[in-house]
Parts: sequence; structure tokens; C-alpha cells
Amino acid sequence: MRVPLPWLAEHVDLVEGHGAEEVAAALVRVGLEEEAVHRSGVSGPVVVGRVLSVEPEPQKNGKTINWCSVDVGGPGPRGIVCGAHNFTVGDSVVVALPGAVLPGPFAIAARKTYGHVSDGMICSAAELGLGEDHAGIIVLGSFLGGAVPAPGADALALLGLDEETVEVNVTPDRGYCFSIRGVAREYAHATGRPVAAALRDPAAVEVRPPAGEGGGPRVRLADATPLRGRPGCDRFVTRIVTGLDPAAPSPAWLRRRLQQAGMRSISLPVDVTNYVMLATGQPLHAYDRAALRGDVVVRRAGAGERLTTLDGVERVLHPEDLLITDEAPDGSSRVLGLAGVMGGADSEVGTGTTDLVLEAAHFDQVSVARTARRHKLPSEAARRFERGVDPALPPAAAELAVRLLVEHGGAVAAPGGVDVDERGAGAVVQLPLDLPSRLVGVDYAEAQVREVLTEIGCTLGAADGGVLQVHPPSWRPDLAQPVDLVEEVARLRGYDAIPSVLPAAPAGRGLTRAQRARRSVARALADAGAVEVLSYPFVAPAVHEAMGLPADDPRRRALRLLNPLSDEQPLMRTSVLDSLVEVLRRNVSRGSRDLVVFEVGSVALPRADRGAAPLPGVGGRPAQEELAALAEAVPAQPRHVAALLAGARRGPGWQPDGWGRTPEPATWADAVELARTAAAAVGVELGVGAADVAPWHPGRCARLATADGVLLGFAGELHPRAVAALELPERTCALELDLDALVAAAAGRVPAPAMSAFPAALQDVSLVVDAAVPAADVEAALRAGGGDLLEDVRLFDVYTGDQVGAGQRSLAFGLRFRAADRTLTAEEAGGAREAAVAEAARRTGAVQRA
Amino acid sequence: MAEPDTPPVPDPLSEAEVEAAVSAALDAIAAAADLDELKRVRLRHTDDRSPLALANRAIGALPGARKAEAGKRVGTARGRLRAALEQRTAVLGAERDERVLREEAVDVTLPARRVERGGRHPLSTLQERICDVFTAMGWDVAEGPEVEAEWFNFDALNFDADHPARQMQDTFFVAGADGREGSGLVLRTHTSPVQARALLDRGVPLYVICPGKVFRTDELDATHTPVFHQVEGIAVDEGLTMAHLKGTLEHLARAMFGPQARIRFRPSYFPFTEPSAEADVWFPAKRGGAGWIEWGGCGMVNPNVLRACGVDPERYSGFAFGMGIERTLMFRNDVTDMRHMVEGDVRFSRAFGVEDLTSGGER
Repeated sequence: MRVPLPWLAEHVDLVEGHGAEEVAAALVRVGLEEEAVHRSGVSGPVVVGRVLSVEPEPQKNGKTINWCSVDVGGPGPRGIVCGAHNFTVGDSVVVALPGAVLPGPFAIAARKTYGHVSDGMICSAAELGLGEDHAGIIVLGSFLGGAVPAPGADALALLGLDEETVEVNVTPDRGYCFSIRGVAREYAHATGRPVAAALRDPAAVEVRPPAGEGGGPRVRLADATPLRGRPGCDRFVTRIVTGLDPAAPSPAWLRRRLQQAGMRSISLPVDVTNYVMLATGQPLHAYDRAALRGDVVVRRAGAGERLTTLDGVERVLHPEDLLITDEAPDGSSRVLGLAGVMGGADSEVGTGTTDLVLEAAHFDQVSVARTARRHKLPSEAARRFERGVDPALPPAAAELAVRLLVEHGGAVAAPGGVDVDERGAGAVVQLPLDLPSRLVGVDYAEAQVREVLTEIGCTLGAADGGVLQVHPPSWRPDLAQPVDLVEEVARLRGYDAIPSVLPAAPAGRGLTRAQRARRSVARALADAGAVEVLSYPFVAPAVHEAMGLPADDPRRRALRLLNPLSDEQPLMRTSVLDSLVEVLRRNVSRGSRDLVVFEVGSVALPRADRGAAPLPGVGGRPAQEELAALAEAVPAQPRHVAALLAGARRGPGWQPDGWGRTPEPATWADAVELARTAAAAVGVELGVGAADVAPWHPGRCARLATADGVLLGFAGELHPRAVAALELPERTCALELDLDALVAAAAGRVPAPAMSAFPAALQDVSLVVDAAVPAADVEAALRAGGGDLLEDVRLFDVYTGDQVGAGQRSLAFGLRFRAADRTLTAEEAGGAREAAVAEAARRTGAVQRA
Repeated sequence: MAEPDTPPVPDPLSEAEVEAAVSAALDAIAAAADLDELKRVRLRHTDDRSPLALANRAIGALPGARKAEAGKRVGTARGRLRAALEQRTAVLGAERDERVLREEAVDVTLPARRVERGGRHPLSTLQERICDVFTAMGWDVAEGPEVEAEWFNFDALNFDADHPARQMQDTFFVAGADGREGSGLVLRTHTSPVQARALLDRGVPLYVICPGKVFRTDELDATHTPVFHQVEGIAVDEGLTMAHLKGTLEHLARAMFGPQARIRFRPSYFPFTEPSAEADVWFPAKRGGAGWIEWGGCGMVNPNVLRACGVDPERYSGFAFGMGIERTLMFRNDVTDMRHMVEGDVRFSRAFGVEDLTSGGER
């Protein structure tokens, strides 16, 4: 809401010295946040000038300029070059003298142009920021529509260019502040002055509809299907004016006010309705009386009804749309407009309209909100109605509009208006008098509570047992609960009065095991050289193609957004890699080469047979079945951790045998090792097996599971086709783990290990196996066969070549045996070793290498 | 150095002969140029067949009365040799060590064959930090889903079905299984549904904090991002007031922006709180000088929310607040562009290392 300061000052006493900044600061204190301060952008010497002579001078470029002599009140006339032609000798114009600054900013100086020194500039409305009119310069006589001050008079004040406008953000509960009336009241509150003394309510006018019959339509409120039990319209006031001069312009002050408030001037009747709306908050609509065919009926839309609105769009109406219609004598009905949202083109006030029917009505918030939303028509009227308009306003607002049309349009206030008033009783709020103190933590005296409530316009009834009967004012539909009144007390007494007290919570449990575990995983990955990044979870269906997911892969079953930011990325990710690839690409495009990025984030995994989430009521705790249905409908969203590795894992640098020149590229093994690091951070030893799962390389993909075989994720090199399709660096490697599953598998209570101090017996064994046998299987067999004495197994060499034959490979393991209670004899250690080898032979066909 | 193959064995009773053997040995020890040569000298002069060892053996054959005198003489002599050897070993050892160390010297400024440094995202570590501030006061950390039921995101929070925030321009709506409207699911627009979940799951008294990701249909620019993070706090107990809310936020502000930070309330509106406020924070280390910044929204939990979650508003009251993590990081660490926080450029995360340990009050 834009509030021109002089307009505000008409309705409330401004504190001495209060300019825009001070007014804005005052309004912030009562909850109207400052959006901006608007000024004309015009400063310096801008004066009234009288044109003394005009000499047209044709130019080579085909234009004709005017070399003018202008009296600007100084010692002598000034010579000014002007390109406009809509003025003549004797006209009063606006002259920006050297030193003036126009919006742009555009500094005016005496300068040489078209062979003359132009000693200033004759201004158009557009140049002064007063409108879009570039057609010609301002001729003050017609612009002001009245007397023009003498040459040399300050034009800034004359045109309101020295006026400031404060723009405030109005929260949804304060519909009444979409008006000067409401803001003036809040300003009085903010500056601590009694409303009775400081406020001059623009709606406080004597309503004098002319007595008599005829002239206007009868009005019927006929909402057969109220929304949420509230009739769409409970008050409808009409006033009739006749004999309007269709050519009468809006006076300059009115146009200026509209312009400062951010609205365009259209025509006198439209400008007047907008002006009254800005002043009071009551939207008005003007109909061409000649276009109305009979009674006005306010009703809901019927099936298939259509309306072409003022903006020229033909709209198919919805049965919930509340309409203003007229009913011809033959009973046929025609739609005149969407109630409280926008009028129809048929009954629009046109250039020839002389007789008007003015509508000032009260429409239900929900009804207007739904219609405005449905038809995407966030009009000024709708904005106010959906936040709540004072139902007491219509007669006064209509009266104000009639008076302005009479005064400026030569119209006559005619009889025939109606006031159909079907309002229900106002709400009564029961306020325990101690509630403000109890909720705010400030000790408010009862008198202070009463004073605040009176100031904001409440009528106070009896206080019974410490509970006060409060009748909120008609313009505050938001005051419905006792706590709403508590806020009024707190904000008018000042939020700064609230002390700062730290509450003592009962002893807590600290972070949960899962919360600590997740931190450990992220920290371990960062310590291992991975960089944590975040990515948006929105992905394109194409990413599933690029990843090479099979047609029936459950990861293709992604949630779809109805209104994605980008139509290309309407899906929610089902794996973190889906969106992490974009981060890798971005880093590569920015010149990073050696990258390990990881993200911890959730994925959404909807069930195939999912239904809609229910909407239980809000009157009390939902029933257990309702809560269960809600839980059921929200898709599983496990947290995953994913990482991508590209480029070198280790760069050139020093190593035990001297300088290592060649970078070590990140490989599938680094991806697996990173996964192990993540798992180890929560005490899980990963079991690794071979897998063939998209988007990984079919021969370089590790399935990662718990010791019990619970699948946790995959790691390895990405499939070359996926790498190409996703435009990733060659040989990019990746891992993704279900972090929730990993945390669930995290080590429990750790029993301290029994550590034997007896010497270990170290034995090496080389086993030849089929090349297809995974090393992990051989190791597992050795562990199983080695029994309790086998303390550790470590693979230290892998050999393929002539000595083991084609299709075979040799795996060399170091075995460490130890007993808890004695030094092992050579025979014991040898026996255990043989047992281990035998088990490996049995399970994997391993043959001990000679 | 040439030594006689068979040095004479001294007579243990002759002071002069023993002294000559000692002297010869000491000369040889002193002349040894390195540890290898010294080892040879040691063998020649101290092993079982060395002159003094043989002399020592000869003592046994002496008359008893002379044995003591001879034993003392030879023992002393052998002791002197041992001492000289030890000393010379130390000298030559030190010389050798020095040479070897000199030869092994490297350019220690050469890089190791290193793995690039990793890092945490500061938005993550900041959330953890905030959780720590609250767990230290006894609060618990709660979590909730990002794809959320509309009922939790709006209805339970007193967002009327016709509230402007439920309109399409703010909220991401999720399609149903049929691809159409009416799934009853949205991407949560705030962490506030966790208020309702926590109340329903845990009951009262309740003191929980919930950091998390939220979604609004804003295009990414220097000051907006469609995906951002909030930290939501809710406390419901007997006797809680706005003063407790202010105290709690001031405590958090001091943990985020340094010990001098202060909180100011401005009246505002949220459907799920009444009274409602915008919380501004003042801190000295603000970029451009000490001053106020808008930090988040807060207020007393609306009785309608308590009722929808089965809590008696006549007995219990509570407060709730929601702060933007991105905003906090922007002001705390002088981040100038929202995009730096969301694009995943590794240079950004890496700069913060694994944790920013400062109090936020430093400049």
C-alpha cells in the first residue's frame, strides 16, 4: 500500500518533523513493514513559466524545433529550445531551470543545441515522472484545470513533486490497512496519540441519499450455496448519479494522488471509485445505468456461464464464482461481473456514459479469494475483499463517490439507490483480562488492556469473572480469538517492552544416535578429501535415460511436481546421484579437474499404489486412523549419501621412492574405499560383492551390504555410456549409500576386545583360483576355515600370468594366528592354516600354489 | 693400518708391558677413522685372543699372592680400553649420523603425493552448530519429511484452505499417482510442519529444534533460492511467554553473531502464531558496521495449532520461531550472493574446512 504523506496528513496529525522515513519507522513499530519510500526524483529550480514568443525553426533532419522566450519570473526572459508543439504564446508551462534534476537522474544545464543556448527545459508530464504522456509539454492551464500562479512560482509544490510517499507491506490480517483510513489509524497508534483526537476518518461523512423513487435497479442477494457457511454477499449499496459530463476530466490533485498511490488515471468515474477505495478501503464499481436491463441479482454461477471481463478476456465461470447479474423483465439473466473481483465489459462505463449506478458492497473473503485465484485476477478490489473489508463502509464510500462526481463531473445525485443489509451479528470475543500478561510476559494493568482495546475501536462489554466481553470494530474481522486481542495489547504497548528471559527446558536426550552418526559420516568423508555440496532435488526424466536405468527400474517411479520451476525438471530425485551429476558438471565447467564431491540428502520413493493424503479437520487431534493415513500417504524419504569422483585422486608429489610424476586417477577402488570410510565412521564393516546395476560399469560395480547382507548401496566406476550421456569426465566413479539403512546397521554397544599378549604366528599362503572368483569370497573362506585362532587376513598380492595358467590367478594372503591363552606351537599354527586353506579349496576351488 | 699379526702378550706382573699393550690399543682406537675400522680395532684388542685377554688368562697361573695385584692391573687396563672404545664409538657414530642426515636432506617444501582437501558445506555445519546450542539447553532435535502432507504444512498450522500462501505461486504441489492435482502432498514451504508433528508425536512439555530444507517457487538469483534451509524451534509448556521467546532467540543470536548480539521484535503476522513478530538481530560485526538485520519470524503458538495437535491451549502456551540458515550464513560470514551457497562449487565449501569455529562476533 502506497501512502502519500499529504494524503495521510489530511486524516491524521503527523508528528512535527515527521517525513517519510519517520512515518515509515513509526508504522514498522505497529506491524506495517516499510517496503520503500517514493519521491518524485525532481529537485532544484523547477518553476512556472509563461511563453512570451515561439519561433518555429525547421531543421535539416526534418524536425521543426521551437525557439521560445519564456518569462520565468527572473529579471529577463529566458531563451529555451523546445521540440513540442502543443502550446502557444501566453501558455503557462513548467520550466526546469539549470541546476534542476529530473528523474533519471537527468541534470538540467544551459547547453547549446540547434544553434541556440537553451537556458532550461520546458517539461512534459513524462519528464517529470507524472505519467506516461510524452505527447507534449504540460500546459498548466488545462493540466491544473484552474488558476495558474504567476511566472517564477515554484512548480514542485504546485505539482506535488515535493511530496513523499511511503509504501508499506500489509500482512494478510490487516486488510483495513489497504487504505489511508487504516494507515492513518495505525499511525495514530504508533505515535501514541488518542485516535479520537488525532484521526479524521475519511469515511465519517453524513450519508444523504436523495429521497424518492425510481432511477435504480432493485437488488436481490441470492447466494444459494454459501461457501463454508458464509453468504457471498451480506451488504449491497447502490447510488445513482445522472447527468455526468462524460468529458469532465479528473482534477489534477486527484490524478496526482492516484499516481502517487501507484494507479493510473483512466476517466473521472473510474478515478473516483479508485480514489474512494484508496481513501476508505471500500472497493466500488460503476455501471453504465443504460446497460442494465432490470434487477441486480447477486448469485453463484450456473453451469456453462461465461463472462468477458473488463480486461477483454472471456472466462468460463465456476459454480463457486459469485456473480453480479441483471435480470431482464423476461426473466433472462446476464452476468455483469465477478463479484468483488472484476466487472464485465458489457456494463462498463464508457466514453459516453452519463448515468451511473455505483455499487459498494461487502463480499465474503473466501469467495472472492477463490474466484480471484481461479481466474488469476489479483485485482485491487479482490486484494482488499479477500483480506476483509469493513462491512459498515459501503454507504459512506458510495456517498463520497457521489459527492466527487457531483463536484467534478457536473453530475446530479439521483434517488433510487438501495442498501440491502443482511449482515449478521458481530463476533464477541471473551478475553480473560490476565491473558495478555500471561502470554506476553509483561505485566499489563487492566486499565492498559482496556485502553488499548478501546483505541483500536473495540466496544467493551461487561467483565465477568475476569473475562471481558469484547466487540471488535467492524473493520477488524481478524480479531476473532482472545490471542488476537493479546497481540493488539502487546503491539500497541510496544514489543520493545517485552523482556528477555531464557526458559529452562527439562533435561534433554542430546542428539540421537542417528543424528550423531550422520555427522560422523559427513565428517569422515570430508576428512577423506571429499567436498560436501548441496544440489536441488529437481531432475529431468532424461536423467533416468542417461543413467541407463531399465524400463522397470523402481528409481524411475519419481514424484512429479505440478508446478516445477522448469518444465524440463519436473521430477523429484530418487537417488542423490540424479542431481549431484549436475554439480560435478558445473565444477568441471568452472575449471576444477580433480574432484570428489558428496551430498547428504533425502530422496523421495513413492509407492506404486499410493493414494492421496487426507485432510483431517483442525478442531482437535486427528483420529489415529487419520494420522495413520497421513503417514501412509507421505512417501518414504530415506536420506542417502552419494559421492562422485573425477580426475586424479592423488596428484603428483613426493612418495617413498622419490618424486611421483604421474597423477593417480580416481578409480572404482577409491569409490569403494570412500564408501568403506563412510561406513567405518559409524562402525559398520561393509561387505563387498560384485554387481551389475545402472548407472555403474557392469564389471566395476560393487554391491555394498552389511555383514548380514542388508543392501546399503553401490560403488564403482560409472558406465561409459552413462558418463557420455551425462557429460561427465571420463572414468567418473560414484557411490551411493542409503544413509538411514547404514545408520540403522551402525555398531551397537561395543564389547571391549580380548587382546592376547601371546606372540602371533604369521603365515603366508598363495592360492590359485579361477579368475572369476572374487577375492572377498576366498578371504571369507579363509576366515571361516581358520577358526578362532585366525586373528587377521590380509591380501597382499594378486598375480596373473604364465606361472598360474590362463583364466587363473594367484591370491597371496598373510594370515595372523594367535591364541588367547598360550603361545601357539608351529604345529598348531600350521594346522589352523591348513584348515583355512581347506575351506578355501572347498568353497572356491582354490589350490595352494607350490 | 698395519698391525702386527701377533702382538706380544704382556706379562700381567709387568706394569710397563701392560701399559705398552694399553697404549698400542689406545693409539689404534684413536686412529680408527670410521665405525668399521673401529670394529676391527675392537676385535684385535678386546676379543678373547687379544693381548690383554691372554694376559688376563695368564693371571690364573700366577702365585696366589701376586694374583690380586696382577688382576687389578689388567682389569684397570681393560677398563680403560672399554672406555676409550665407547667414547670413540660415540664420536664416530655421531660423525656418521651427521653425514647420513646431510645426505638424506630433501626439499621439505615439495608437496606430498596428496589427496585434495575435503570440506563440509557451511550450511550443514551451521545447522549442526545451531542444534548444539539448543541441545546444550536441553532441547531435542526433531526431523520431518521434505515432501509433506498438505495437512501438516498448512491445515494443522491454521493456514486456512483459502490462505494466500496456499496459492500456486509459493508452493510446489506434488502430482498424484495419476499425474493430476489432489495428491494432498506439497514440498514443505517451511519447517513449521515439524511443530505439528512434534506436538502429535511427543506431546507436552515440548522443546524441539528442527533444521531442514524447505521449498518455495522462487527463481534462483542473488537473494532468492527455491530450495533453502530453515531452523524451526517450538517450545510448549506451562507458563511460556513472548519474553521466553525473546530470551531464546537472543541466546541463539549470541551463539551466531557474537556475545553482544541483541534481538528486537516487530509486529507481524503468521497464521500459526498469535501474537506474531519479525525478529531482527543487532550485532557489532555486521558488514558495513553495527546494525539491525531481519532474521526470522516468530510468535506464540496459535491456540488453533495446539488444538489441532491435541494440546489444551487453556493450560499450555508455547512459542515458535523460524530462522533462515542461508540468511544467517550470509550475515555471519559475509556471503554476498545466494548462488554461492547453492551451486555446489567446491571452492565455496572447501574454504570453510570441516567447521567454522568462530563465535560469529569476529571481523
